[in-house]
Amino acid sequence: MTTTVARAWHVLAEVMDPEIPVLSVLELGIVRDVVETGADSVEVSVTPTYSGCPATEVIVADIRTALSAAYREVEVRVQLSPPWTTDWISDTGRAKLRGYGIAPPNGRALLPLVADDQPAACPQCGSRDIEQLAGFGSTPCKALWRCRSCREPFDYFKVH
Amino acid sequence: MSELPTVEDVADGCLLLSHRLTQWVGDAPTMEEDVALGNIALDLLGQSRGLLSLLGDEDQLAYFRDADEFHNPAICATPNGDFAKTMLRQLFVDCWLELVWHTFSEQEDDGVRGVAAKAVKENAYHRRHSRAWVVRLGDGTEESRRRTLLALEELWPLTADIAVPGWRESVTEALVEATVPVPAAAEPDPAALAGAVDARRELLAEMQSLARAHPGATW
Repeated sequence: MTTTVARAWHVLAEVMDPEIPVLSVLELGIVRDVVETGADSVEVSVTPTYSGCPATEVIVADIRTALSAAYREVEVRVQLSPPWTTDWISDTGRAKLRGYGIAPPNGRALLPLVADDQPAACPQCGSRDIEQLAGFGSTPCKALWRCRSCREPFDYFKVH
Repeated sequence: MSELPTVEDVADGCLLLSHRLTQWVGDAPTMEEDVALGNIALDLLGQSRGLLSLLGDEDQLAYFRDADEFHNPAICATPNGDFAKTMLRQLFVDCWLELVWHTFSEQEDDGVRGVAAKAVKENAYHRRHSRAWVVRLGDGTEESRRRTLLALEELWPLTADIAVPGWRESVTEALVEATVPVPAAAEPDPAALAGAVDARRELLAEMQSLARAHPGATW
């Protein structure tokens, strides 16, 4: 890895998801590649999380802004194939999600998706006595659950 | 039995159904359902945008084509009606899209494959939702069943162009659990199709009005 490329990865580690601000774009697993395209110029390939995710455009803009401060020329390429999957969220990312009160995706995104996809435990108190309130939540990636032990509702990042 | 749709058919179908679903937002029976329908609409919009971008300028295609230039399946633009009709329409379209996205995810075109491979998973959650509601309403109270049967009568003639191979089996499985009788394969019905064309015109007039009043506007 060249110094130019390595520096870009460091910059990207500080770019946060606008809707889950504890998670960097690297931990979310949406950065596919960084290449040096010339003197002080880089191209970053990004794979969107969901087809209709309104955060994607903000993320692309944030990446461009962050890198533009460090490079002469920055290109952000949106790469659809292969599609992003929750399997690409890093272990650190999963731990941070839990700390933020969102149960991380539980299991791998193999097709067909299993019908009983559910969180491993309540991210607040760790209880396994939980129930689903709604299959769709505050953003397209989440479902709404509730813990029967601590009585707190929580978001679950669905396996996709 | 209907043939597999083109990329344009699917892009237009997802776009118009998405816009129909947004008409429920703020007006759904429960807050959870408001959120669910909004999220499903958002997924469909994103899927449509992905495909429209492969065909040309997405805004131009969405906002500046006239109603008779759209290629959506008839059922996608049909009015929401009550909640039973909305959910039955959703089940019919979700079952169709499940087969479509699987086929598209094996296409040679890298762009189509990318959109489809993502959409397959999103659609699985939509279908789970619409299926659960159809079963609950069809096999529910006297009133919910009455409305489900009325919705079936109204929607069935519009299914001729989405009945691709495998669709009937998929829909039958859900209807049987909902204790709803499965009608014989739908024949294209001129009156129902004319109604669907009017519905599309009305829907697009609303959807396109802002963009046409301010062409080239940006946020």
